[in-house]
Amino acid sequence: MKATVHVMLKTGVLDPQGEAVRHALGALGFDGVEGVRQGKVIELDLADGTSEADVNAMCEKLLANTVIESYRVDLA
Amino acid sequence: MKAAVVVFPGSNCDRDLAVAFRAAGAEVEMVWHKDTELPAGVDIVGVPGGFSFGDYLRCGAIAANSPICRAVKAHAERGGYVLGICNGFQVLTETGMLPGALLRNAGLKYICKTVGLKVETSQSVYTEGYNAGDVVDIPIAHHDGNYFADDATIDRLKGEDRVAFTYTDNPNGSLSDIAGILSDNRRVLGMMPHPERAADSGHGGTDGQALFRAVTAQLTTA
Repeated sequence: MKATVHVMLKTGVLDPQGEAVRHALGALGFDGVEGVRQGKVIELDLADGTSEADVNAMCEKLLANTVIESYRVDLA
Repeated sequence: MKAAVVVFPGSNCDRDLAVAFRAAGAEVEMVWHKDTELPAGVDIVGVPGGFSFGDYLRCGAIAANSPICRAVKAHAERGGYVLGICNGFQVLTETGMLPGALLRNAGLKYICKTVGLKVETSQSVYTEGYNAGDVVDIPIAHHDGNYFADDATIDRLKGEDRVAFTYTDNPNGSLSDIAGILSDNRRVLGMMPHPERAADSGHGGTDGQALFRAVTAQLTTA
């Protein structure tokens, strides 16, 4: 089984990289990009039967820093 | 007084930190990230700057989960002293020994220069060699030094006199110009600037010497 973890900076935490990407899109002529937030996607190959609770624990302990980041887990 | 300096793969200020401690009169032992315990009789642990584990995932995140960090955390929980500089500060926030986090610099650039630091409190073994309000020149060298914490945490740090240093001219977007903070028992200090790089006349500045001298003197008489 696979799990996909999406990690994003929390709302309210300044994302200077996203802001730089927004400016670059504007420079390329893409008007109307009002905001860009940059995060990361982590794919996990897991033994069958790994619980969502286990994946959440991985996020809490390592994959995300919950002081500044939120995460979402998709199991497939 | 005995100091242990942690070495992770990718640490690059470990020897500088050891030299600064020794110059102040401390005995120093290096410890490897795979070690599971600290040498006997260690008074203070230095967590050095660098790029531990290549800054993979987040700066300090992998190091924070290394075997030695469990021993460092236990040392702090017993009331031991810990000094984290630059990547070491990032490691200490990742372990939860200090609150908040270090984000990418607001200007996105890696910054390497000497900056003015205001000593906000002399009430710690690290800062008692200075007077509150002193401005000292200490180098910074980081890409992710933008201190962030929620409003309640920032208020608590200020209210409890736990902001050790602030930037006189904020280089990286840190909230409230914060450059270094203390734990609630004032024995753990994390700071982005490098006092060990301003600890010898050959460095071009010696404003960091007072930190190492104060902590070594205090822990020797303790």
